[in-house]
Amino acid sequence: MAATTDLTKLVQPDRVHRSAYTDPAIFELEMERIFHKVWTYVGHESQVKNTGDYWTVLIGRQPMIMVRHGDGSVRVLHNRCPHRGAMLCGNRLGSAPDGFTCSYHSWQFHTDGSLKAIPLERGYKGTRFETGAADAAMRNMKPAARVANYRGFVFASLAADGPSLEEWLGPAKIAFDDICDRAPKGEVEVVPNCFRVVQQSNWKIFLENQLDALHPAVTHESTGKAAYEVELEFEERHEKAPLSYHFLSAFSTTPIPKWDDFQTLNYSNGHSILTGYMGLRPSDPDTLAYEETLRQAYGEKRMEEILAVNIHHVLCYPGLSVQPPLQQLRAVRPLTVDKTLTEIWHFRLKGAPEAIYRRALGYYNLVNSPSTLVNADDLWNFWKCHQGLASDGGDWVSFHRNAGQDHVQGNLTTSVIGTSEAPMRNQFSAWGAYMGGT
Amino acid sequence: MGSVADPAVTPELRREVELLLYRQADCLDNRQWQGFIDLFTPDGIYWMPASPEQTSGDGVPSIFYEDRNLMTVRMKRLNHPHAWSQKTEWGTSHIVGNIVIDSHDPARGDVTVRSRFHIMEFRTDASRHFAGSYVHHLTSTADGYRIKLQRVDMVNGQGPYDYVLQAWV
Ligand code: FES
Ligand SMILES: [Fe+2]
Repeated sequence: MAATTDLTKLVQPDRVHRSAYTDPAIFELEMERIFHKVWTYVGHESQVKNTGDYWTVLIGRQPMIMVRHGDGSVRVLHNRCPHRGAMLCGNRLGSAPDGFTCSYHSWQFHTDGSLKAIPLERGYKGTRFETGAADAAMRNMKPAARVANYRGFVFASLAADGPSLEEWLGPAKIAFDDICDRAPKGEVEVVPNCFRVVQQSNWKIFLENQLDALHPAVTHESTGKAAYEVELEFEERHEKAPLSYHFLSAFSTTPIPKWDDFQTLNYSNGHSILTGYMGLRPSDPDTLAYEETLRQAYGEKRMEEILAVNIHHVLCYPGLSVQPPLQQLRAVRPLTVDKTLTEIWHFRLKGAPEAIYRRALGYYNLVNSPSTLVNADDLWNFWKCHQGLASDGGDWVSFHRNAGQDHVQGNLTTSVIGTSEAPMRNQFSAWGAYMGGT
Repeated sequence: MGSVADPAVTPELRREVELLLYRQADCLDNRQWQGFIDLFTPDGIYWMPASPEQTSGDGVPSIFYEDRNLMTVRMKRLNHPHAWSQKTEWGTSHIVGNIVIDSHDPARGDVTVRSRFHIMEFRTDASRHFAGSYVHHLTSTADGYRIKLQRVDMVNGQGPYDYVLQAWV
């Protein structure tokens, strides 16, 4: 299908044409119309503590640098030397307290991207690159059009115009409020380790899976059963399995009808929330000690409000999946039409006891590390989905389940039951709008 | 490092340690998961650090950090008929070499062994290669040497994973 096709015809209220997943020309348009426009999560400010600390990151097709500038602000710059175009940072992360120096001809830049020095500067006399001349501004590294920081989480947009970060997130900003509020000090600190996993599928297949409440009992049955059996072995020895076993066994101990009791909340711009199911507020000594730190920081009433927020996933469409009570997130970086990178991070709640960090760490290691006992089976499904969609065995992807039955109230669509395919329909309604439809 | 000349490192000890490492590789290549787990002491740990600078897996992110209970979860998953992603054609071949006994404490029965590994994995019509170093901290038991801690550092462990690791390396 050519990119000139009317893209709106690909998205219908209850089904989507497979070419939205498999056509390389549509992928290129997605880069231009979605990823180069929306707010992209680039990193947490605690990744770059000191002046010159940087991490490189992809925004759509663009290699970018997130760097701490001398004035304390976090800047996001194109990773490109204005001279002959070499990337300035070839490493994933590093420290450049004196600014960036190009390894090719030694042009130098401050940490806000402005030009610091050019070798053989007299050679530019009388040219358009001379100080004060027409193109002199192009001697600076190009910054992202907009950068915004919400409670330490840094986003950038390559479009000069558009909604502010907070407007764009809308109710989905609860992802960051929930994770930060759970910290007695009201903020989080990143653990400077990024697991990176590549899946052989279109990026949208990953996002659709995040709030797919039917799949865990099917896809993760083997891991759920395995963890449950070992939990029973603990019990036989009169011991208690760590909570991280429960993260896994919940897949098999939660019967499919139970998933219907949960809910998805679907907002504009494709964002959505899956409510929690793991029961992350047991009354063990660690949790009680943690509650005490919250009580002291916020008082009883506010503590109860904070802990009553019951969220499993927040999806900030199209590039971020956050699990606030588990203190982790996954950033989605589409590489090609059939290849997607996820970058997986976790956080410490400032002021919370170590045991609460260890709970999050258990989830990070077991579910989100490259030896994952869970995502292995998801990634397998993603690859199989992409292979099937690339075939001529059918043209449409079905999102019919409970179509037309969800509760719509203004900008919020609440799924009629947890397994309604409302989140996928919601994602595609945003996709259609970005891609130039209605 | 001076251990090569260490009189406590007898040819018999060297042979016993080598055979243990070969047996472990054999268990992995032949999917004898319980046999693999049984090579660890009751409190034994299999650890693949998230970064080479780490000195302990306790309380820090790891690629694997598994005691025998977690190893049993992994084994039970691999054996489950619905471990969907592991039911494709799959196999590994481990080569373990450059085995050096780093320290030997005959009084306590503790031995530290360094080695290098190279693994070819085949799954779903594609091959992957992993290579790196093992450090086995062994202790003498009634059943022979057993692993208290195995540290696995892959030279390509820091890069993006094309797919994931489902069995121990
Ligand atoms: S390309 Fe950077 S200085 Fe020439
Ligand atoms: Fe899943």
